Amino acid sequence: MFDRRLLTHFDWFFLGLVCLVAAIGMMNLYSASAPWSQGGTPIYVKQMYWFALGIVIALIVCMFDYRHLEYMGFFFYGFNVLLLVGVLLVGKTSMGATRWLDLGFFNLQPSEVMKIVIIITLACHFSRKGHAFGHNLRELVPPFSLLTIPVLLIMKQPDLGTSMMVVFIGLTVALFAGIQRLTFIGLTVLGFLGAYGGWFLLHDYQRERVYTFLNPERDPLGSGYHIIQSKIAVGSGGFWGKGFMKGTQSQLSFLPERHTDFAFSVFAEEWGFVGGFGLLALYLLIIIWGLYIARRAADKFGMFLALGVVAMLFWHMVVNLGMVIGLLPVVGVPLPLFSYGGTSMVTTMIGVGLLLNVSMRRFKF
Amino acid sequence: MGLNAGWSETPGLKTRFVVVSVAAAVVFLLLLMRLWYLQVINADVYLRLSEKNRLRYIPVEAPRGSIYDRDGLLLVDNRPAFGVSVLRQDVEDSDLLLETLAGYLDEDAVTLHERYQKGKRLPAYRPLPLAEDIGRDRMEVIQENASDLPGLLTGVRPVRSYPYQESGAHLFGYLGEITEQQLQSQDFSGYRSGEFVGKSGVEKRLENTLRGHEGQQRLEVDVRGKLLRSLQTRDPFPGNRVYLTIKRDLQLAAEVAFEDHAGAAVMLDVHSGEVLALVSRPSFNPEAFAQGISSEEWISLLKDSRHPLQNKALTGQYPPGSTFKIVSALAALKSGLITASTSVECTGKLEVGDREFRCWKRTGHGKTNLKKALKESCDVWFYQVAQDLGIDRLSETASDLGLGSPLGIDLEGEKSGLIPTRDWKRRRFGAPWYDGETVIASIGQGYVLTTPLQLAVMTATVANGGTVYRPQVVKKIVDLVGNVLVEHSPEIIKSTPFSPRDLSAVHTGLVAAVNEPGGTAWSRKLDGLKVAGKTGTAQVVRLKDDDDKEEDEDKIPYRFRDHALFVAYAPADAPEVAVAVVVEHGRHGSSVAAPIAMKMMANYFGVDVGALPDHVPYAGD
Repeated sequence: MFDRRLLTHFDWFFLGLVCLVAAIGMMNLYSASAPWSQGGTPIYVKQMYWFALGIVIALIVCMFDYRHLEYMGFFFYGFNVLLLVGVLLVGKTSMGATRWLDLGFFNLQPSEVMKIVIIITLACHFSRKGHAFGHNLRELVPPFSLLTIPVLLIMKQPDLGTSMMVVFIGLTVALFAGIQRLTFIGLTVLGFLGAYGGWFLLHDYQRERVYTFLNPERDPLGSGYHIIQSKIAVGSGGFWGKGFMKGTQSQLSFLPERHTDFAFSVFAEEWGFVGGFGLLALYLLIIIWGLYIARRAADKFGMFLALGVVAMLFWHMVVNLGMVIGLLPVVGVPLPLFSYGGTSMVTTMIGVGLLLNVSMRRFKF
Repeated sequence: MGLNAGWSETPGLKTRFVVVSVAAAVVFLLLLMRLWYLQVINADVYLRLSEKNRLRYIPVEAPRGSIYDRDGLLLVDNRPAFGVSVLRQDVEDSDLLLETLAGYLDEDAVTLHERYQKGKRLPAYRPLPLAEDIGRDRMEVIQENASDLPGLLTGVRPVRSYPYQESGAHLFGYLGEITEQQLQSQDFSGYRSGEFVGKSGVEKRLENTLRGHEGQQRLEVDVRGKLLRSLQTRDPFPGNRVYLTIKRDLQLAAEVAFEDHAGAAVMLDVHSGEVLALVSRPSFNPEAFAQGISSEEWISLLKDSRHPLQNKALTGQYPPGSTFKIVSALAALKSGLITASTSVECTGKLEVGDREFRCWKRTGHGKTNLKKALKESCDVWFYQVAQDLGIDRLSETASDLGLGSPLGIDLEGEKSGLIPTRDWKRRRFGAPWYDGETVIASIGQGYVLTTPLQLAVMTATVANGGTVYRPQVVKKIVDLVGNVLVEHSPEIIKSTPFSPRDLSAVHTGLVAAVNEPGGTAWSRKLDGLKVAGKTGTAQVVRLKDDDDKEEDEDKIPYRFRDHALFVAYAPADAPEVAVAVVVEHGRHGSSVAAPIAMKMMANYFGVDVGALPDHVPYAGD
């Protein structure tokens, strides 16, 4: 039976916030795609379709009680890991990466789904194995193992961006769940050593991206081109911006990937610091509100679930924004609700759905 | 209370949320600070970079100033030439671009490739010309069809045009691409590689005046370098207009009169030194240089034995022959050695030392005074006088008349000629001067060399009563809106020390030479205009046997034939203009040089040149 209280407790504010950012994002895509005169459905319209689908998905996700997920988490996890293995065996290769499973009617990217699944899985784990004074090393072995398996599989595809996101989400949740001080220090040291070792596991092009990030000018027309042009777009926007649809960097196509990873650069060029500040504020509000939802969750599982989703949104935002303004290396991480792309939109909206779910059931017993 | 009652009271949980919220806020603050750094602190830098991305500044060449004659008739102009160039920085696929372009231009792709490769020494942001003067039709086709070729530019630039083709080529000069050396020199600061500058003549002398100020076109391009639109154009500022002292019709008439001969002619205003016509033949077509001459054409011009590129009026140094007798006569008069009536017996020859010097008239002129000596060009009379006069007094008078040193005309490359002195010979050859050398110098042979311009100045000086004016070809310079920037006024180099009586004595002889029967130019006299003149023939080589000269003339190879000269002024009684004509290997002043001079006079004064006989009996020069 449908509980009417669910409607009264529905988090309209959060949904409104999400819709606002998505609307700004679509408006931005309208400008970013203006230079293309090719036929077919314009990408901002496609993005509207994706967002509409995302809303539907979010609402569907809201419908059932998130607590059911607590019993299904490990099943999802196992299934998703199998899909990732399947990708490596029979996946579809495009542009040098094998990331997709061809399901006939559409291409599934299991690594994207894994972001949500790892949130559910870790929420399951930490809600059950809560520890008042933080986890010690031994207690951290299971969650780390849960994290490591998909991460390695995704890195193998290779998809550095997504594997990094999964790691960030996992670490954030684990950190929040609590780690004993000594263990934390030890793990941090181990992490650095691991990163050092991992450097040698990276593909040449991935290392190249790091080099280029450190010094974009070393290859201004190659791998450094994106970041240089993005900084030019953002910087040339100035305080007030060049005006809607007047960003020369985007309108004249100097900015590559301007509808996907570099959508924010288009926005920053046209709306300047004022616009950038506003958008950042909205994103921060989403994060803070998400944390607020987590804080008020009816149970630990709900809290970790919400926290995981917030971590996912947060890291996507930070890594993407950091990337386009030259603070972080260029890794293909989309800006939630803003970058063009169905997968990103659907994943984000599933997360939004989970947050709404947790939020509206905060009073349920 | 729920089933999980108390979980949210886990110690530290609240703190963790606060810490996480603050941490998130701090990260966002960092992002915001970075935005501030990019968009506020460094906004200008990035704005410049973004402008650099999308803007292309294409220089718009300024038309050089036009050149007019003294009456404002156009001599040298500009015409639009349609061309195709590329901005290398925007070219994506040079092979494709050049192949496509070759198709439109109907040209060999290899040639375009060569030009493209050669152009790589220019900066990539400078338009590199690939094809020039392709015609409007062709350019329209390219504009319509090649818009998808990034980096391609079509444009129109002014190119020098010469309505009268070869006419006045030496006077105006020609243009050529600026050299590396010039680019590095102070005089050419602000010039850019590939620009055309004056290489000779007025174009060179007045380079800074004629060159305008380049304009600029601001174009917007997309990331492929595809031209989207022209944002702004700063129009070029044409160079200043230059008015020359010459008269167009006179110049043309003189050139026509030269027919196929080689040589030079200069006509001056005797009261100002202004050059009314300046001819050098053979000529060249400066149009060929206007857009860069091919190396084959250039080599063929350089190798031409008749030296079409040389401005012979200024740089041709010829023995003046009998025209120099004017100098000898004045020298003798000035020194007081003779008077107008001093007579000498011409027997057709004179022995000086152990050598015999002949008069052109082997039977001799008999009793001869100054007037007759000039009228009939008696050599012996001058030999006789020169013996007493000596080379130094002769040289001094020559110098007084402007011979032997550059006159400072406002054109490049003027030569000095040569007036020998004892000193000069000692320095040059380490040998003493011999009397025989004075004798032949007195009739303009031996070491004596003059330029046609000097002969014209000398003649003008005699005509105007003894003032040597600096010859000049630039009358005034006017800017675009009509302000006169420079107006040249006559400049006196010096006043000669000849008395009116001496000058009058020479004048009488020169009038007689043209206007009295028996005068060397009698057959060339004009009806309706009294001209005073002096013919001359300058030996190029001394033939072994002078006796056979007349009989064998036609058999002498062209390059060994004598030069023909004629100097004159008119109207004889109130001189306005003076002219000097030198026809290389023309043999006789009276039959070849004088007609040219007379045609120029006729044109200037608007008199009928009449039916000049093609061949007249040789009456001596």
